[in-house]
Amino acid sequence: MNEFAGSQYVIEIVYLIASALFILSLKWMSSPATARHGILAGEIGMVLAIGGTLLRHGIVDYKWIVIALVLGSGIGIPLGMVQMTAVPQRTALSHAFGALCVTLVGTAEFYLRTPHVEKFMMSVLSMEVILGGLTFTGSLMAAGKLQEILPQRPITYRGQNLVNLVLFILAVGSAVYLVLHPEARIFFPIIVGISLIFGVLFVIPIGGADMPTVISLLNSYAGLSAAAMGFVLDSKLLIIAGALDGSSGLILSIIMSKAMNRSFTNVLFGAFGQVQTAAAGGEEARPVRSATPEEAAAILAAANKVVIVPGYGMAVAQAQHKVRELYDVLTKKGVDVRFAIHPVAGRMPGHMNVLLAEADIPYDRLIEMEEINGDFPQTDVALIIGANDVTNPAARTDQSSPIFGMPILDVDKAHTVMVIKRGMSPGFAGIDNPLYYLDRTLMLFGDAKQFVGSIVRELGGGH
Amino acid sequence: MQSNLIDALFIFMLACFIGFEVIRHVSPLLHTPLMSLTNALDAIAVVGAIVLVGEKKSTFATVLGVIAIVAATSNVVGGFLITDRMLRMFKTSRPVKK
Repeated sequence: MNEFAGSQYVIEIVYLIASALFILSLKWMSSPATARHGILAGEIGMVLAIGGTLLRHGIVDYKWIVIALVLGSGIGIPLGMVQMTAVPQRTALSHAFGALCVTLVGTAEFYLRTPHVEKFMMSVLSMEVILGGLTFTGSLMAAGKLQEILPQRPITYRGQNLVNLVLFILAVGSAVYLVLHPEARIFFPIIVGISLIFGVLFVIPIGGADMPTVISLLNSYAGLSAAAMGFVLDSKLLIIAGALDGSSGLILSIIMSKAMNRSFTNVLFGAFGQVQTAAAGGEEARPVRSATPEEAAAILAAANKVVIVPGYGMAVAQAQHKVRELYDVLTKKGVDVRFAIHPVAGRMPGHMNVLLAEADIPYDRLIEMEEINGDFPQTDVALIIGANDVTNPAARTDQSSPIFGMPILDVDKAHTVMVIKRGMSPGFAGIDNPLYYLDRTLMLFGDAKQFVGSIVRELGGGH
Repeated sequence: MQSNLIDALFIFMLACFIGFEVIRHVSPLLHTPLMSLTNALDAIAVVGAIVLVGEKKSTFATVLGVIAIVAATSNVVGGFLITDRMLRMFKTSRPVKK
């Protein structure tokens, strides 16, 4: 008895240390200089927690645990080695796996405990499987869209919000009934089933441009479901880890929704990709000025200050390494080159930073929107590579524009604006960009990677 | 049990505030690695699955638990691995302080 109690204490202390290490791990993420300590702290915490758990008295069989741990590691390693351009879909997939784990454990716990489930226990158990279930299928859908297995365009139909609302109410209603009548076991699979369907329907109407917000939101749900699981299992470590993940995802969702000029409630209730009354009508061909790589190279070489604005198009064209060559050759000529990063550029929070860092561009050259916007009037050339809506001046001036009020990069204030683009088709949101028709704007038509490559060759750099 | 529950709610509330404060200070530069790191940490849910499998209470629970361990472990390993790979890439052009 005494010995038993003693080892329980040791395990709880180990969990306590692991919790502290998790918090430190996130704290060290505040700057790139300390971030790698953060990983180490997280890893030590994780090893301690798993090790401590294996020592628990109730555990009688290790065979399957070991097999599952080995199998999971075998899947985890390739998932950790994916290309940097595939990071958004990998992240979505890992949200799905996390939610799957939580949902399965919740389901097993229900059937082990039923019908003697207290009211509070049943409430958190329902919360666990609702959040877990919708995060699982929702994240799978998001991953499918990002991997382009599923169509990236928003899929919408009439009464979509109503259907989603009814489903959600059904799930919550069944959960409430089950809390009051724990013997009505049949409601449990119904709750899980509805949550799984809800996850699919919740992400279907979401387009690529809204992905950063959705991924953050799913991240938050995954965390909250894990915290709910902590309540079910009475594990303080799990409650803390879940709360940290949940608040992290929530903060990122708020930052993303601000950067898209959406109210947070609007985002929470999934009014993404609202009916985008494709403003692509009025296809009158307005005159634009275009330029060749030679002309673009000459203008860049003559500039003092250049700001490059990368967007998702750069990721699609895999142009980041060519962009790095351009950065090198211009820097060598004494041009001050910086990068302007809009919070929602790309498909997940911080996407552009990772791609540019992968191409060996120093991170102190990557400047956030608020910091760099004041510098555009003193900038000689703003070079836009694969970004569209985040540079659209209509967001500042045109009240009728769907993106009116969205904070943008003020590239139109630079002396010269150059836009690398495949053609004149409007961007993802289907909104025309008046930037392209300005006198100071030069359109560089072509594939981002090839075009940047040609500019680099003109400037005598690259290989 | 009842007091345990209230304790747990207090812990949850405090952890949320700590999370907000800590993560508010994360540089936007690192938002992608932040997400993969929290993902790996969140996979601590694996401990729940381990107990489930180890206690061997029913075949159904064991099967679900094994799948859960596989899913969570892949997040732990993959999450730490890719976060580390990303952070290795972040370099500064300023001289490194010794």
